Amino acid sequence: MGRRSTPRTTHRDQGLWAALALPGTAWLLVLFVVPFYAVIAVAFGRPRPGERAARPIWNPLRWQATAFTSVLHRVFGGALGQVFVRTFSYVVITIVLCFLIGYPVAYYAARKAKRSRGLVLLLLVLPFWISYLMRMLAWVNLLQRDGYVNRFLQWIHLLGSPRNWLTGDPITVVLGLVYGYIPFFILPLYAALERIDGRYLEAARDLGAGPGAAFWKVTWPLSRQGCLAAGVITVLPMFGDYYTNGYLSGSPKTEMIGNQITFYLQGSSQPQTGASLVLVLSALLVVLMGYYLVSTSRAARSMVAK
Amino acid sequence: MTRLRRLWRDPWGRPRWLVLITWLYLAWSIVPVVIAVQFSFNKGKSKSVWQGFSMRWYTTDPRQSVLHDPSLHSALTNSLKLAALTMLIATPLGVALAVGLARWRSRASSGAQGLMLFPLITPEIVMGVSLFLVFTSLYRTISLGFWAQLLGHVTFNISAVVIIVRGRLLAIGTQYEEAARDLGATRLQALVHVLVPNLMPAIFASVMVVFATSIDDFVISSYLSANAGDQTVPMKIYSTGRAASTPALNALASIMLVFTLVAVAAAAVVLRTLRHRGGGEGGSAALVTLST
Repeated sequence: MGRRSTPRTTHRDQGLWAALALPGTAWLLVLFVVPFYAVIAVAFGRPRPGERAARPIWNPLRWQATAFTSVLHRVFGGALGQVFVRTFSYVVITIVLCFLIGYPVAYYAARKAKRSRGLVLLLLVLPFWISYLMRMLAWVNLLQRDGYVNRFLQWIHLLGSPRNWLTGDPITVVLGLVYGYIPFFILPLYAALERIDGRYLEAARDLGAGPGAAFWKVTWPLSRQGCLAAGVITVLPMFGDYYTNGYLSGSPKTEMIGNQITFYLQGSSQPQTGASLVLVLSALLVVLMGYYLVSTSRAARSMVAK
Repeated sequence: MTRLRRLWRDPWGRPRWLVLITWLYLAWSIVPVVIAVQFSFNKGKSKSVWQGFSMRWYTTDPRQSVLHDPSLHSALTNSLKLAALTMLIATPLGVALAVGLARWRSRASSGAQGLMLFPLITPEIVMGVSLFLVFTSLYRTISLGFWAQLLGHVTFNISAVVIIVRGRLLAIGTQYEEAARDLGATRLQALVHVLVPNLMPAIFASVMVVFATSIDDFVISSYLSANAGDQTVPMKIYSTGRAASTPALNALASIMLVFTLVAVAAAAVVLRTLRHRGGGEGGSAALVTLST
């Protein structure tokens, strides 16, 4: 007569599991949730012009919206609006380029590469293990006035004299963003493409579809969610990026939202403005995330309906 | 026109241009870094013109080499210390949280589950600003600097550990633990002697991921730094790379690169042998698991 085998969750076991989850949860409460609340408390805090230290108000009933609303005014129709538009256009151009370069590469790695697959995968993963700023440093070296890029472009007569890439050139910033973020786009897309069951394609071919029709009617629709997921993974951190463009350009002409936030928090004495911008940025990303979640759940439902 | 139509009808027909794009992309993604490493061995001061091979910027230059410039090797030790301590704290916290969340059933547990996901989708700058503001206003006892940086690094790594370990937990199921309990073990004994050894590959993978993310981090370290004394390698690259820096900076970055790559390669080998023992996929799959 053995004991009853499954499931066997007693009250005391629940205590053990709760105790295991407790330290990590507490850590996140104290060092993730409370800090985010501090951002809100600072954004709605007491404005003290000229004072470097933040003046948070912890009690929501006593929040003051003056600083926050003035930031909103500057975002919608003011100078900060320009920065938001610029950030959006950089991010959109970058993600389109990531898609145009990344999709064929991920497709090849997942579905066509046979013998070379191991090597291709290894090289695709390699950038993950190279420090982001080292990868940017590499471009700073290449894009110097007497760097390899200028010398190559002059050698093929595309440039008459060396170009100044590293001070306020939007092309350099977008190049840096694509270079920095594309590995984060390709790998999830690779995973999505690889998961597609080859039998669907065989079925499509058996039913008379040519290779093109099979791709557009089977592979592409099945990989669309993967593209969206890869896009979201890439875009979320990019909206908060300030170092790529601070490093490769460092000019106000190419500033993104992140540069403004960093400027108000580290360079000037207006932590309130910086905190308010963080809230605006977070709201924007919540909307983006919400759109993603709605579209995935809709896609899941339509899959079930079919 | 007909060529376009043919392309539409059979976009990947002959994978020749797919092969071309893929290898061009791979070359583009790797070659700049290789060139940066090459310049770390430059004889002269330039980072854009090759002047011959030397170890000057690693060891021999009496003032500016990584070995002799105190600001460079303090950045290196700061980075390594931060990554090592983060690894030691974030991994056990994350593993315990993953196991707890997988088994614990209550309303509080689903709250904790949701909370755990947020750091994964929060941009670093939001986390950096939050921690900066909280350390300068509410948690004043911990001043900005190394310890604040450490707390920050642990915070953004816990969730990654949970995700990695959770995948493995789902794959293992509960039957081994149930068997151990049928044989008379207590819950805790079953946990320590049965579950933890089974989780080893995932724990090991987490350790590597935490180490690599921590050593690569710039935003959190920079927001929580107090002065030049707590600069990490990425911060050093950021603050001096544009202006008048010497190839010693490339040497510093290359040393870091070697640290990470050796650690990752070792991890891939260990994961491979662990999986072979359990029967499973090979090394490249292990690498992909490590990275995502």
